[in-house]
Amino acid sequence: MSVPWLTILVALPLLGAVGVMMLPRNSDLPKQAAFAISTAVLALSVAVALQYDVDGGFQFVESYPWIESFGARYAVGVDGLGLTLVLLTTILTPVVVLASWNDAEEGRWSINSFFAWMLALEGLAIGVFVATDVFLFYVLFEATLIPIYFLIGGFGGARRSYAAVKFLLFSLFGGLVMLASVVGLYVVSANSESGPSYLLADLMAAEMSQNTERLLFLGFFIAFAVKAPMWPVHTWLPDAASEATPGTSVLLVSVLDKIGTFGMMRFCLGIFPEASQWATPVVIALAVFSVLYGAVVAIGQNDIRRLIAYTSVSHFGFIVLGIFVMNSQGQVGSALYMFNHGLSTAALFLITGFLIARRGSKMISDYGGVEKSAPVLAGVLLVAGLSSLSLPGLSPFVSEFLVLAGTFTKSVTAAVIATLGIVLAALYILLMYQRTMTGPVRESTKSLPDLGARELAAVAPLLALIVVLGFYPKPALDVINPTVDTLLERVGVSDPEPTEAIEELD
Amino acid sequence: MANSVSWLYLIIAIPAASAAVLLLSGKAADAWGHLLGTGASLASFVVAMLAFVKLLGGEASSESAMSLHQELFSWIEVGGFDVTFGLLFDRLSGLFVLLITGVGSLIHIYSIGYMAHDERRRRFFAQLNLFVAAMLMLVLADDYLTLFLGWEGVGLASYLLIGFFQQRTSAAVAAKKAFVVNRVGDMGMALSVMLMFATFGTSTFEGVDSGMEQVSSGTATALGLLLLLAACGKSAQVPLQSWLLDAMEGPTPVSALIHAATMVTAGVYLVTRSSFVYEQTELASTAVVIVGLVTLLWGAIIGCAKDDIKKGLAGSTMSQIGYMMLAAGIGPAAYSFAIFHLLTHGFFKANLFLGAGSVMHAMNDEVDMRRYGALRAVMPITFVTFACGYLAIIGFPGFSGFWSKDKIIEAAFAENVVVGLGALLGAGITAVYMTRMMIMTFISERRWAKEAHPHESSPVMTVPLMVLAVASVFGGVLLFNDWIGNWLEPVVGEGEHHELPLGLTELALTIMVAVVVLIGAGIAVRMYQRDSIATVPSADVSPLTTAARRDLYGDAFNEVALMRPGQSLTRGLVVFDNRGIDGAVNGVAAMVGGSSGRIRRWQSGFVRAYALSMLGGSALVVLALVAVRLA
Repeated sequence: MSVPWLTILVALPLLGAVGVMMLPRNSDLPKQAAFAISTAVLALSVAVALQYDVDGGFQFVESYPWIESFGARYAVGVDGLGLTLVLLTTILTPVVVLASWNDAEEGRWSINSFFAWMLALEGLAIGVFVATDVFLFYVLFEATLIPIYFLIGGFGGARRSYAAVKFLLFSLFGGLVMLASVVGLYVVSANSESGPSYLLADLMAAEMSQNTERLLFLGFFIAFAVKAPMWPVHTWLPDAASEATPGTSVLLVSVLDKIGTFGMMRFCLGIFPEASQWATPVVIALAVFSVLYGAVVAIGQNDIRRLIAYTSVSHFGFIVLGIFVMNSQGQVGSALYMFNHGLSTAALFLITGFLIARRGSKMISDYGGVEKSAPVLAGVLLVAGLSSLSLPGLSPFVSEFLVLAGTFTKSVTAAVIATLGIVLAALYILLMYQRTMTGPVRESTKSLPDLGARELAAVAPLLALIVVLGFYPKPALDVINPTVDTLLERVGVSDPEPTEAIEELD
Repeated sequence: MANSVSWLYLIIAIPAASAAVLLLSGKAADAWGHLLGTGASLASFVVAMLAFVKLLGGEASSESAMSLHQELFSWIEVGGFDVTFGLLFDRLSGLFVLLITGVGSLIHIYSIGYMAHDERRRRFFAQLNLFVAAMLMLVLADDYLTLFLGWEGVGLASYLLIGFFQQRTSAAVAAKKAFVVNRVGDMGMALSVMLMFATFGTSTFEGVDSGMEQVSSGTATALGLLLLLAACGKSAQVPLQSWLLDAMEGPTPVSALIHAATMVTAGVYLVTRSSFVYEQTELASTAVVIVGLVTLLWGAIIGCAKDDIKKGLAGSTMSQIGYMMLAAGIGPAAYSFAIFHLLTHGFFKANLFLGAGSVMHAMNDEVDMRRYGALRAVMPITFVTFACGYLAIIGFPGFSGFWSKDKIIEAAFAENVVVGLGALLGAGITAVYMTRMMIMTFISERRWAKEAHPHESSPVMTVPLMVLAVASVFGGVLLFNDWIGNWLEPVVGEGEHHELPLGLTELALTIMVAVVVLIGAGIAVRMYQRDSIATVPSADVSPLTTAARRDLYGDAFNEVALMRPGQSLTRGLVVFDNRGIDGAVNGVAAMVGGSSGRIRRWQSGFVRAYALSMLGGSALVVLALVAVRLA
């Protein structure tokens, strides 16, 4: 009997959440427990990663019947893509717990519930990334809305309720459209010889007419585009990110939004390869537009958190672009981008969160000259910012450049337009840095304390990972490469040959 | 093939490690930070010398002696895209490495004195180290993508150092401007690597070199123009020149580093290194020549109108780099002259900038030359060393700049008479602005403020000046027996002998250049030496002077053509995003949920809303079922 690693990874934070709720109120115990549990989950996920065989396809597979009349099963397993995102989730959760230590004090509910919802979210997100049964995926996908709704609506800024409901409506809309497709898939598989099944592997083999495939594809794609978020269904994100606590924003943007782009790769391309190719021109156009649109609107923001949210709209444009250019550079770039963007955006949200907590304003115009009084804060913010603008030597550069290189072989026009994004990225990051950190010291900012040990401990691992993976992305690439190769084979495309291939040099 | 060595990485790793230690160690390192930083730069210089000696010692005939190589580790490998960290120390990069670490070390030493009273001196040295390390990565890379790593690293280091006095808004703005303008150039660099990958499946120098001969002229031209765009950004060539003058906000040693040893030379390096690209494209090569020619005149004209000593020198850098670009655009006939001028310029421009810093140091950071005058008596060492740099830059016979600039003007005439005349005119204008600077600063009458107490700088600052002055005087020896041409031949190809037009001989041209320089210097003497110099610039000047004072309207153009429309677009989109899209989507969302009420009402009836949306969902499901069955 092998160890059900993935089930443990899903169950441990969920049980931990229940445990945290039962701890006494008004003490530090819930925080400590949440940190301990999420650290244990991180350790477990590292153990899983160490056992992972990069060329072994789906691993740690478990499969049990669940709702037999639908053919739904409790089936989990990880490939390179899933493993990367599970690790992202397990790395970020303890970081977020540590960074959010004092953020729940003024919430609508107890601090126990704040940390419990975070753990619940971690468990459900891991479940989403490991599910290999579409019905299970759908249920978990919708279930993640519950903790994040309470995290946004219960803890955060003045307009948090508005933001939470807006988020929920968008997500429910997307979820409903997807539900239609999920039901459609049932019809397809029920009509097949082997009977109903929601297993990814079975659905991949299912026969569908061209129209059916395209319709079902659209249902999934729209849901994932809302989640990702892509233009024009992105408007829930700035409100949610602006009103939530920094930690919630991290879980939302760095982890949950990845479900959108993860889903595109796993389900849209995996189950509907022909329809995915059919949609490619429109999706590439939307993605490139998102890249520029998000960046330009980010430049115009005065609210730091909204700014970061819009940079993410731009970054998600890159991720979607890489997925749909249908070659290995683009897709490996996108898969890696999901991980790197998670680290980079988490660092940005958390560090600006520390800043906002000190001054009590999230408006850029209320700052200036902070570097003088808080040089460490300024330094780590700069590194996080540079990672967001994809400076070579930091991990996001590798993924962004791969996406661009992949795009170039597909469409020179799209690549040239998307490359404009690197200039805009320099503007949105450095303008924000200039206005907050440099310039004359202001009365209101001259005595801001520098980062404390807890805060530094929370972001230092993120920045260290960003630097290490910037110079040595090989471990991540080794895990992702085979998965993308399999996927491209499934879609039935191969990389274009160089137009003037040179002979092998010795 | 190349000679493999295992210690080449130390050249980059030593300053990089030092930068990391200094940045991370905090205040504890304040006491010795500057010593570590300087030591790291010197150590890197020593390793570079060892490598260079190894190259010198090799027999010119054997292939293996032409370069040293070290393969470190695989950086990015995805599908056919394979980039390895490989270092290449060949005859071209070897010269650059010596310049960067040699002049860089002198600037480090000088900075010990210059920044002695700055509380953030440790951080300053960390950033200097970072700058040097990034520039070394740039010139030692053997692949365009790893070159890009150094390329953007240089951009980062310059951003940090230009904005070193961050509490000054002008410094912070200048730093950001430098980075953003450079990023425009970096687009060219990034796209060129993508094009290389799509065309050749590789971006190594070796691979691109071997594939260039097969490509279509369109691809070759595109590559050449993209690389030129990149070079324009880093080397502050028109139209991406505007950041360089503002970059004077950084401490003066930084200016010396940017202008002499690092950064602005990167564009010239890139074009020279890509000689195999430009050989295949007449159009892109001509574009390089035109950019060089326009910039050399542009910078020289600006240099004539500046009262700020550093901005005058900055204009001169633009102009001198323009000469190098011009030479690099001409092709194999002039690559070695481009590099030759780059080296001599590295000596005399570092000399001039550090000299200017010494003056500013003595004058309470005053930069306005109208408040200088007659400083030769109180600062004799600075004066003499500055004079050596001055004679070198105007090309006074025998001084280093004479040899290098003369060769470029000669090559320019051989290329095209108009280009030659432009380069000749530039030499004359150089003499005007440099003589003007010399007179206003060291000669003429005293115009200091009462509270200024100018004094000679300490030896830690004057010794580097003396070393650089010697190099400025004798740098021309590299041309002896056409050493530099022969040395670089394996990298950039053989320099064919060129015929001068109009029946000119080399000697006649040399005399012509000397006469033009003399005339230029004479004009400046007439204008500034005879009359007394007002401490406030006159407003009643020619339109050209006004234009030159405003950097020939480079910023004004950018503001009207790019910044204002960009700001309007940004503002417009922000409003659109808040009202237009959000409004539309909110409307749709509300309809889907089955409610026409405003979104705020939802918060109270959450459960009901969920039930309603489930109902709507079920309806959709039924529809979908029908649709699917029919399909």
